[in-house]
Amino acid sequence: MTIDLSQFHQVFFEETDEHLASMESLLLAIDIAQPDAEDLNAIFRAAHSIKGGAATFGFSDLTELTHILENLLDRVRKGTMSLTTALVDASLHAKDALAEMLAAHRAGGEADPAGRLAVQAELEAFLPAGGVAAPVAAATVLPAAEAGPVSHQLYLEVGAGAVDSIDSLLEQLGREGEATLISAADPERDVPWVLQMQTPLSVHELSETLGFVLPPDSFHVVDAHIVEEDESFGLFDAIEPPAADAEGGADAGFGLFEPLAAGIAFEEGGFGLFEPLAAAVPGEAEAPAEAVAQASPVASAPAVHRAVDKAQAESSIRVNIEKVDLLLNLVGELVITQSMLVQSASELDAAAHERLLNGVAMLQRNSRELQEAVMSIRMTPIASVFNRFPRVIRDLTAKLDKQVELSMLGEHTELDKSFIEKLADPLTHLVRNSLDHGIETPEIRVAKGKPAVGRLLLRAYHQGGSIVIEVTDDGAGLNRERILGKARERGLAVNDGMSDSEVWSLIFDPGFSTASVVTDVSGRGVGMDVVRRNIQSMGGRVDIESMLDFGTTISIRLPLTLAILDGMSVRIGREIYILPLSLVVESLQPRLEDVKNISGQGMVVNVRGEYLPIVPLAELFEIEDAERRATSALLVIVESDASRVALLVDDLVGQQQFVVKNLETNYHKVDGLAGATILGDGQVALILDVTTIVRNKSSAATLRAMSEIS
Amino acid sequence: MEMVDSIDSTASAGKSLPTELLVFSLGDEAYGIDILKVQEIRGYDAVTRIARAPEFIKGVINLRGDIVPIVDLRLKFGIGEASYGPFTVVIILNLLHRTVGVVVDGVSDVIQLGADAIHPAPQFGTAVDVSYILGLASAGDSMVIVVDIANLMSSGEMGLMDAALNSVQA
Repeated sequence: MTIDLSQFHQVFFEETDEHLASMESLLLAIDIAQPDAEDLNAIFRAAHSIKGGAATFGFSDLTELTHILENLLDRVRKGTMSLTTALVDASLHAKDALAEMLAAHRAGGEADPAGRLAVQAELEAFLPAGGVAAPVAAATVLPAAEAGPVSHQLYLEVGAGAVDSIDSLLEQLGREGEATLISAADPERDVPWVLQMQTPLSVHELSETLGFVLPPDSFHVVDAHIVEEDESFGLFDAIEPPAADAEGGADAGFGLFEPLAAGIAFEEGGFGLFEPLAAAVPGEAEAPAEAVAQASPVASAPAVHRAVDKAQAESSIRVNIEKVDLLLNLVGELVITQSMLVQSASELDAAAHERLLNGVAMLQRNSRELQEAVMSIRMTPIASVFNRFPRVIRDLTAKLDKQVELSMLGEHTELDKSFIEKLADPLTHLVRNSLDHGIETPEIRVAKGKPAVGRLLLRAYHQGGSIVIEVTDDGAGLNRERILGKARERGLAVNDGMSDSEVWSLIFDPGFSTASVVTDVSGRGVGMDVVRRNIQSMGGRVDIESMLDFGTTISIRLPLTLAILDGMSVRIGREIYILPLSLVVESLQPRLEDVKNISGQGMVVNVRGEYLPIVPLAELFEIEDAERRATSALLVIVESDASRVALLVDDLVGQQQFVVKNLETNYHKVDGLAGATILGDGQVALILDVTTIVRNKSSAATLRAMSEIS
Repeated sequence: MEMVDSIDSTASAGKSLPTELLVFSLGDEAYGIDILKVQEIRGYDAVTRIARAPEFIKGVINLRGDIVPIVDLRLKFGIGEASYGPFTVVIILNLLHRTVGVVVDGVSDVIQLGADAIHPAPQFGTAVDVSYILGLASAGDSMVIVVDIANLMSSGEMGLMDAALNSVQA
């Protein structure tokens, strides 16, 4: 039996991508002075899993680099080496190099080794002098020292029924090392095959390799070293394994084999620690000697962790986006067919075809729900774009010699997957611009009376009919004179009377850059026009607000076409409107004495001592037959931009997720409305633009006046 | 043959006139529009009213997931009787990448036109502004007023589109 491992490559690539991403975010978040043990373990685990996978699939360049990284990380988590910024940097570089190699393998080639060797050298510099050569050699060629054979002696136990012919298994194992049969199986007495292996693979790696050949619960692998020495296991922690033995130390020393656990496990035979994906186990490894003494509690805690991790992992699956799109198209076709059916059915006599008509009605409802469910698959939190920025900022601030603190708000705002992909480039560009042109160097900042550390805010939120993504810095702001000067230089038609926003929009002109020095970060003038073009191609727009020496906010506004909103539906007269749930604070029925008229103009309501203006939506939207007396209707308190108003509605209908449709696709923007949605019965309901309503709370007259002006 | 979206004068438009017309009635008058602009014809369903919209914009409907505004041409031009029943007809039009529905009194016919079947419109009084009229076509013994529906619907007075969009197309 031979296995074509290449069929698993894709899985390995995707898993490795994830490991690299989690490694990066952990490295960025880690507190260098006091690193969290759990984080260190997680980083180590990620590196280790990559190494294991890479070794299995024969990507030796990946194996080699991760091996060194793993050694370093192992020292750090065991406390024999302290974490430094330089080490984190080096680890990040290693991550980048790994990502590059991975990309090269994915494309079927191999990355240029120069980059890897440079990073490798950078990492090795951290290892104590004596320990440099051996681990590298261990991974590449042959063991150097007698004490630390890179080849492990492993015992392998295979269930009697798991293999048809032990010869083919032996042949297969022979490719990984030297395999000898120790005792044959006896299916009658349930005695397993026992083999001995001399192999460069670790227990873990061998288990993973075997996992492709044998059912995972039919075999297990044990390190002979451990089996023989499990009583003296404490030594592993006391004397750090000599560098040459690092492979053994790192892999065997996962702490899988605390005396108790290992002993029991080996005797009982069927413990689950050896499942191919048990990469989470090293969590125990750095448990100090005292903890090992109390083995059971320590052993049980990480086991719980692992169970949780696993449950989370299984709650999502990876699906090719093309499949989702296909699904979306098919559902679209289905909905069209269904509405054709509805149309033909409507010509039938309702009494004679009652069952058919009921069925058609149900089909209509179900297909609509199906459509919405499929559309929601495409929704992704914007966090997947935002998460790249801590790294970008870290790298750039180092390069530009600036200090920047990044904050991110609204990472959970969901938007369509296709937007997410297209947003990455423009946003990166804006962030780089802010860092390069916006935020000043600490000296200049201090001279201007600002804190030395600049602030960069990334924020995403729903507003009106759009999703807004803002990049805000507290840097130098745009310089009006300089932009005008530059525009004249380029022969653009400008004059001094132009409004600020007109001036700012000049920077979207192709080839426009006011940076006095062209750096490799930005300033080549190829950026902003591309940003604007990209955003416009998504139906969005870019706005700039800037004030000299106070900073700049660039906001990207994207339509909500596919966005989904948690909403509350309310009834006003006979009409249904939707309020974004995130803005709803509470709803109440006011008592007569709490409602007051103010100078005959508007009403206010006293909510626990706070007077809030009442907005009669019926008046605002000219709805007939609606309740206008506050005391016999309901008030929904909404909050936006830290101010609250009470919306007067007749009734609350329910809460659910709504697919937000843009009114502007076929109509135009309506003040006070954020968009429309389709209710369960196929009717259109309008979504209120609470932000605007709150802002114009004074009366409907303001809103009317506004719409007349515009 | 695709009709050019904006036709500035009736006389010079000979080559880009539609060859097949959908004929509908508004009051006593018969109007024809390029059938290539018509997406479908359907009955009048309940619409969702939009506050502060002109009276002739009845509101929006859900057309298989799209939010489509509905304009009652009878109200817009003050002809016919704006009543709504099972026989009220909505023509769904596809214009300038937008979808819009118009309510008319009835749809009567589809007619084929010869190359020179459309005659320039004399200055006479129709409910529709003469600048949106491409000409007159005769169908049998009756006469059809050929309307440049794309220009009509995107005009500022319909209030269907943002002013900015209009200026772009102008």
